[in-house]
Amino acid sequence: MHFQTDRQRAVGKGAAHSGTGHHIFMSVTAVALAFLVPVFVIIFGRTLGAPQEVVIAVFGNPFVAIVTALTIIVGMRHFAKGWQMCIEDYAHGTARGVLVFIGTAISYLVMASVLYALAKFAFLDLILGAMG
Amino acid sequence: MAETKRVERPLSPFMIGPYYRPQMTSISSITTRITGNALIVTVLLTAWWLLAAATSPGYFDFVNAIATSWFGDLLYTLSAWAVWYHFLAGLRHLYFDAGHGLEIETAEKLGWACFIGATVLTVLTIIIVAVI
Repeated sequence: MHFQTDRQRAVGKGAAHSGTGHHIFMSVTAVALAFLVPVFVIIFGRTLGAPQEVVIAVFGNPFVAIVTALTIIVGMRHFAKGWQMCIEDYAHGTARGVLVFIGTAISYLVMASVLYALAKFAFLDLILGAMG
Repeated sequence: MAETKRVERPLSPFMIGPYYRPQMTSISSITTRITGNALIVTVLLTAWWLLAAATSPGYFDFVNAIATSWFGDLLYTLSAWAVWYHFLAGLRHLYFDAGHGLEIETAEKLGWACFIGATVLTVLTIIIVAVI
């Protein structure tokens, strides 16, 4: 027996069972990425092809490291939810669950890998700087 | 009355092609989804490249050789177009969401703006990254 009215159960949910939360999340992350992506693309593009010491120095810089971290974290959440939206349009049942899981897993794997690399760059930059 | 009824919801039918003539509004929409999801390939390569730079000189040389090969150049050039297309289409989405630009003529012009704008921004990116 439910002690809720039909209306109360429906408020804010809709067919997605999560209301408009997904849509709003995509819009908010899109605004953040509109500022982050151009900066990251130029920094990365200009660094690609440089020797390893230069790559470490560039991505060891606090501003670059923070922009990179934000781009990857926000970008990968945006990707995982966009991927989920796409899968939910075209796949049903077990396939849907598995594919959404894979997208989410990849997004967190990329985040962890890049954050690890950035932490190591900051450390290496500190050591190399201390050695002159 | 208050019990939840489980309904088998239909998947979104894929309309472009057999049922619906391709046009700027539908093609610019599906291109947003394709570019957004395809960018994960380049994100993975980039994360791998950063991880390699944080690992060892030998491993960096190995991954850097792939990222800067003709294949890497091709992938990053296509990705530049994809990222700028997705960027512009995202801004268009925010503009649509605010209730603007929904007249057919304007919506089609905005679609062209995404395709042409992405191409212009890609050329500009190549100039900033590789030439200057």
